[in-house]
Amino acid sequence: MNNCKNEVKKRKFKFNEDYFWGYVFIAVALAVFAMFTLYPVISAFIISFQEFKPLGSQWIGLENYAGLLKDKLFGKSIVNTVTYTVFSVPVSLFISFIIAVMIYPLKKSLQTFFKAIYYLPVVASGVALSVVWLWIFDPMPQGILNTIIGWFGISNQNWLGSSNTAMLSLLLMSWLSSHGTSIIIYLAALLGIPDSFFESADLDGATFIKKLRYIIIPLLKPTTLFLLVTGIIGSFQVFMNAYMMTGGGPNNATTMVGLLIFNNAFKYSKFGIAAAQSLVLAAIIAVISIFQFKVLGDDVEY
Amino acid sequence: MSLYKSYGGNKRHEIIYKGISIAFLLLFAVATLFPIYFMIISSFGDPIEAGAVNYSLIPTKFTLDSFKFFFNYSEYSVRWLLNSLLIASVATVSNVVFAGMAGYAFSKIKFPGRKWLFFLLLIAMMIPYQVVQVPLYILIVNIFNLSNTYASLMLPTLCGVYNIFLAKQFMSTLPTEVIECAKIEGCNQFQIFTKIIVPLSKTVLAVMAIMTFMENWNTFFWPFLVTKTMDMQTIQVGLKNFRFANTTYFSPMMAGATISAIPMFILFFSLQKYFLQGVTVGAVKG
Repeated sequence: MNNCKNEVKKRKFKFNEDYFWGYVFIAVALAVFAMFTLYPVISAFIISFQEFKPLGSQWIGLENYAGLLKDKLFGKSIVNTVTYTVFSVPVSLFISFIIAVMIYPLKKSLQTFFKAIYYLPVVASGVALSVVWLWIFDPMPQGILNTIIGWFGISNQNWLGSSNTAMLSLLLMSWLSSHGTSIIIYLAALLGIPDSFFESADLDGATFIKKLRYIIIPLLKPTTLFLLVTGIIGSFQVFMNAYMMTGGGPNNATTMVGLLIFNNAFKYSKFGIAAAQSLVLAAIIAVISIFQFKVLGDDVEY
Repeated sequence: MSLYKSYGGNKRHEIIYKGISIAFLLLFAVATLFPIYFMIISSFGDPIEAGAVNYSLIPTKFTLDSFKFFFNYSEYSVRWLLNSLLIASVATVSNVVFAGMAGYAFSKIKFPGRKWLFFLLLIAMMIPYQVVQVPLYILIVNIFNLSNTYASLMLPTLCGVYNIFLAKQFMSTLPTEVIECAKIEGCNQFQIFTKIIVPLSKTVLAVMAIMTFMENWNTFFWPFLVTKTMDMQTIQVGLKNFRFANTTYFSPMMAGATISAIPMFILFFSLQKYFLQGVTVGAVKG
């Protein structure tokens, strides 16, 4: 009896010990998170209601948000960002899907080879790639891209320097680089489909197109949804290419929200407006993500 | 793989299909790799202004003058590389240790508040970095007065939420019985973590290390914001400075880009397996 009581006491103590270790193990992670993520997010809300001044900011209520409604440049940057997203993300997903389906039937060694090749550009930094593309878009007749389109009889373009082609140039860059991640994720999902599905489809005489339509596309829907949501979130925050290559110009044709927030905050020190804009951006991203999960993901279980 | 094979179909069609897809894959690979190829071969050209340059798609010249030109641009250019190396290494070690520990706690140790704390972390992953950037800058530069120090470069990178998430996801798949056994044998949680969990989670920890290193080597935005003098800058910020200071020097700019990218290429080719695993390990099931 006595022994038994002791046991119970001991176990109770063990539980408390687990609590202690649990908090010890998350202590540093939590401290870093609280200080450099949680606090800034809360602070962003406060700053967005203020006019920032180095010595004591002034509370101005919703004025920063009201200003955004009238701000033509903010509207334009949203339109630019949406344009960029609409034309880059679905195209990138389509290319990745096609490539993954093509890699899928190959031998394991070839699969690894192509995965490595397509992933390589992801490893290079955005600054380095922007610098390289800056020269590919050289507007002179001897520029690489102008030479290539010259072969097809198209005349010289002032790629990044003209408001007609600047956005197209950034899109072209996105179409030709960095599909690595989505290709590998698609391929992993494809390899997860049991082979027996295709075999039984064979027995029923299904063609390749039918297998694609009735087996692969429905089974890869969760993957597509995942890539679409993460792709759109990433695309809404795009900053590097506009900053390094066009500076948002010409005539603000490539000013994305990310760049505008950066300019407001760190070029003009309008922290309040920048914070308000960043929160609007966050809200837009949240709404789009929820919308996608609701509309596309009603039969997807996570 | 019976995706292409049709029942009773002949073998020749299959071979033709495969041939066509390999040809297409190679063609697209050439297009994807072209910028990197162009960057590397152009970096060996003469350091002259762009008006006089004739771009060529095949290497015609081999000189290291452009690399010299890039390094001569600033007396700190070697230090940029060392700074990047230091910051990325510290971030890597710290993330593996602290995110690994937190991941273990969130997956296997029961303590009050664990569910909603983890939920809080998940929500935070959805917030775009623009929201955090401005207040973080004010916190580090105006409140802590850490502008232009290593502390300002390193502090925010010490423990990434995504890494905690990765570690937690992986460690929840480990058998709880092993941990129970160790407890009965008299191990405390710290011993369990170092002697059992870490050896079993080597793969995911390696993936975390590599992804963190790559992210911090390539990061531009934050070092650009908090560094003021050239001796504190990282290679990415240095490359950006070079790009805006020498807008017409083609080959040296390519040499700079090559220098900033080559360490990652070497790392990628030597640890390819972990890089490729790293992509799928975090993706939602599907």
